[in-house]
Amino acid sequence: MKTDHNKQIPAFEVHDLTVAFDKKPVLWNIDLQIPQGKLVGIIGPNGAGKSTLIKASMGLLPISSGYVKILNEPIDEVRQHVSYVPQRESVDWDFPASVMDVVLMGRYTQAGMFRPLRQADKDIATDCLKQVGMLQFADRQISQLSGGQQQRTFLARALAQQADLYFMDEPFAGVDAATEKTIIGLLRSITDSGKTVLVVHHDLQSVQQYFDWVILLNTRLIASGAVTEAFTSELLKETYGGKLSILSEVGNLIRRESFPNRETTLP
Amino acid sequence: MSINDWYIILTASVVSASCAILGCFLVLRKMAMVGDAISHAVLPGIVIAFLISGSRDSLIMVAGASAIGLLTTFIIEFLHRRGRLQSDAAIGVTFTSLFAAGVILVSAFTGKIDLDQDCVLYGEIAYVPLDLFITDGGTIVGPRALIIGVVVLLFISGFVWIGFRPLALTTFDPAYAGTIGVSAALWHYLLMGSVSVTTVASFESVGAILVVALLIGPATTSYLLTDNLKIMILLSVLTGIIASAGGYFLAVRMDGSIAGAIASVNGVLFLLAMLFSPRHGLITKKIGRKISAPVQSE
Amino acid sequence: MNSLWEFLSMSDPNVRVVALGAILLTATSALVGCFTFLDKKSLLGDSIAHAVLPGICLGFLISGTKDPVFLIGGAFITGWLSVFAVEFITTRTRIKEDAAIGLVLSVFFGVGILLLTTIQKSGNASQSGLDSFIFGKAAALMGKDLVVFSVVAIALLVGLTLFFREFTLLSFDRDFAEAIGLPVKRLRFLLTILIVMAVVIGIQAVGVVLMAAMLITPAAAARFWTDRLKTMVALAGLFGALSGLSGAYISYLLPSAPTGPWIVLVISLIAGVSFILAPKKGILSRLLKQQKNRRTIHEENVLKTIYQLGETNRDFLVGRTAADMEARRSMDQGLRSKILNNLESKGYLDKSTNNWSLTEAGRRKAERVVRIHRLWELYLTTKMNIAPDHVHDDAETMEHLITPELEAELEKQLNYPKTDPHAAEIPYQKP
Repeated sequence: MKTDHNKQIPAFEVHDLTVAFDKKPVLWNIDLQIPQGKLVGIIGPNGAGKSTLIKASMGLLPISSGYVKILNEPIDEVRQHVSYVPQRESVDWDFPASVMDVVLMGRYTQAGMFRPLRQADKDIATDCLKQVGMLQFADRQISQLSGGQQQRTFLARALAQQADLYFMDEPFAGVDAATEKTIIGLLRSITDSGKTVLVVHHDLQSVQQYFDWVILLNTRLIASGAVTEAFTSELLKETYGGKLSILSEVGNLIRRESFPNRETTLP
Repeated sequence: MSINDWYIILTASVVSASCAILGCFLVLRKMAMVGDAISHAVLPGIVIAFLISGSRDSLIMVAGASAIGLLTTFIIEFLHRRGRLQSDAAIGVTFTSLFAAGVILVSAFTGKIDLDQDCVLYGEIAYVPLDLFITDGGTIVGPRALIIGVVVLLFISGFVWIGFRPLALTTFDPAYAGTIGVSAALWHYLLMGSVSVTTVASFESVGAILVVALLIGPATTSYLLTDNLKIMILLSVLTGIIASAGGYFLAVRMDGSIAGAIASVNGVLFLLAMLFSPRHGLITKKIGRKISAPVQSE
Repeated sequence: MNSLWEFLSMSDPNVRVVALGAILLTATSALVGCFTFLDKKSLLGDSIAHAVLPGICLGFLISGTKDPVFLIGGAFITGWLSVFAVEFITTRTRIKEDAAIGLVLSVFFGVGILLLTTIQKSGNASQSGLDSFIFGKAAALMGKDLVVFSVVAIALLVGLTLFFREFTLLSFDRDFAEAIGLPVKRLRFLLTILIVMAVVIGIQAVGVVLMAAMLITPAAAARFWTDRLKTMVALAGLFGALSGLSGAYISYLLPSAPTGPWIVLVISLIAGVSFILAPKKGILSRLLKQQKNRRTIHEENVLKTIYQLGETNRDFLVGRTAADMEARRSMDQGLRSKILNNLESKGYLDKSTNNWSLTEAGRRKAERVVRIHRLWELYLTTKMNIAPDHVHDDAETMEHLITPELEAELEKQLNYPKTDPHAAEIPYQKP
């Protein structure tokens, strides 16, 4: 385990990344680097490829071209150091499990998939529940949680992974104000300890207050940089100013003609 | 009750138990209909294995039919992904065509093989005590179907015991599972393979169609009774056993198909759970609301 | 073959009746199936099909005979009840739709089997033939049965025709249907009734076990051939009729054989053929298209290489050897000579001993590829903020894909630029 990362290497690096759904590119030639210790907002309109960027980075979606490096390594080398919080709606909360069961899933990587969990793992899970303010709900069935409580449960699971880089897909969607405040406070304390957090975010009002860094995305990368530099009205207008017509037409053409995204990836 | 009654109930129970365990995961994964499709689609595999091996207790039978079961899931996915056919239609097209082929094979080779349409429809569990497994030394071990059932149950229990965590994880949150390096696809196919093996082993007892009742019935019933996955699996096994015993007595009383009766009792048990489950029952909830209503208004 | 000819000539009035009946029944189910298919409710049809069995048995138990009115009535009631049960379980409990369908399907069918076996052992002489509803028997379509089934089929067709537009909207875009004020709930109810009717009449020929195929497979097969709903419905009906006819033929050959599996096998075969051969959406045509894309890419790359060799000294039409080309762009030797010969036969290249030179047509084509490549690089750097050293790979692909219309649009949006991000000249067609 490499616990002592060189602070100079980027936490997250995307090189010439193109990702396609059913051949049509949804992310096109993305290039960016994020330094360590930043709280990063990924901003863009619906269908801009924000979740796709995260999922492709975690190896959940096939990449058409380019590569992603996390702490200067390919994702498969550093899975133990990366944590992913999916969208709350992506799972079925009627699943028969308790809050504690879900948080303990965060210990599977460290404890091993087939070995019994130790007391230490349970202590860590308890501590994480305490941090998100859910300790009294540890034994509650997840089907009985409110939206905010569900999100806190997911966050506790991510904390239990004790990762260096966190990807969070819309953690503020549909949660109450108190939860949002708790979450942002926690994220801040994570980044204060030198770790990096990337958050898919929708609410433009709170961007400047929450984040150090923003990635503006709309199929292509509009900007990636410190909030003070990249979060400008001009760049925002470009981000939300609709898709480039030529780009989406070329995308349709690729799908219709069953054309490869890259000449070199010919079937 | 004679020993034969016990043999039938026991056989139905072990078959039900294997189905119930796997059914829990099928229901939670929203793949109940894929289970239905596999159970239909193994028919041609069973017939072909029958024709090749000439008997029904060979390993070839389980292996061949299970291969077809897995093939079914591949075909469904192929039609869905490469053929861009919507998934419900992909499932429907695949299993009906394979099942049709199976029924035609059965009718074409009736006489050559010990199988007929009735067996396809509802199995031959009533004849289970007649077909005994006898060792080379001449010792009668017990009915063959029961022994196969026990072996399969041990296998399924072992699989779910060892793979419990990845199975639960890939069911609840496959994307998260992927990020920590647990392959959702691998466990999907392991599960589908197990479903195939179980359906083949259950075929003789309950036929190809009513297996679905054993897969889905106990699992849905227990899903309404508990919020703990391990308890849900245990309860589903219990439900399956109750339905097997109840179904047997119902069938004797009505002088009808045992498999049909087991499916019917499974329906009744589900209905009871739906109405009276402590937490999720429709009537229980209504009464609970009435009692707690004044408290809430304070 | 003789028997096939005899069958097709329809000289035997019985054959005529059975054949027409089977066609009517399977074609109407196929038509209704199109809407369940588009509504993504195909498997609900499966549960309805299985659920009519207890109804048939109850109808028999009540009437004591195989009176088609009672059997159809019973089938209709339990078929509809199964839809209601699935809906109730999905909305009122935590059970999801797939499990609800699987549960209802198997429990109803189990009850049906229990009743059927009980009836069979009861010694009632008139029960024989009841089990032909399980796997279907087209030969049984005679006399009163056929009249009753035909009446239902025609009612179904009328209902479908009258509400065709409404059902179309409903299956394509329910929200829109609701927004323009269609009574969505009542229409859905009506559609459900039509599906149950289709199942009820289809089972005589196909049987309850495989009836789902008659709803799903013709529609799925037709979908591969067209994007237009009317054509799709017509094709599905045709496919259904073909399979029904084959079922009647099987019944003619082997009067005691179940027809359902054969009908389903025929329709599955039609679907399989459509899946492979259909233009545009078929696997084969997609593979061919990919093959063609690959060839285009290779050809244009070779032309481009020869063009680029001439760029330094602006001598585009000078002959080049394979070694020259290899130095500029590496490629498999055998493949290159094949491509070179292709290009010569298409009139893009001239060959003299070991030298290949561009014809005027070849030069124009190569120039266009180079132009698009450079325009696209410029587009990526200026409009998409991509670093100049990252744009080459993308342009390498797009140069083969972009249409003349998009090319013109690119030129316009970039304002007819002279050079690309690497300061290479963008060649325009000399007028």
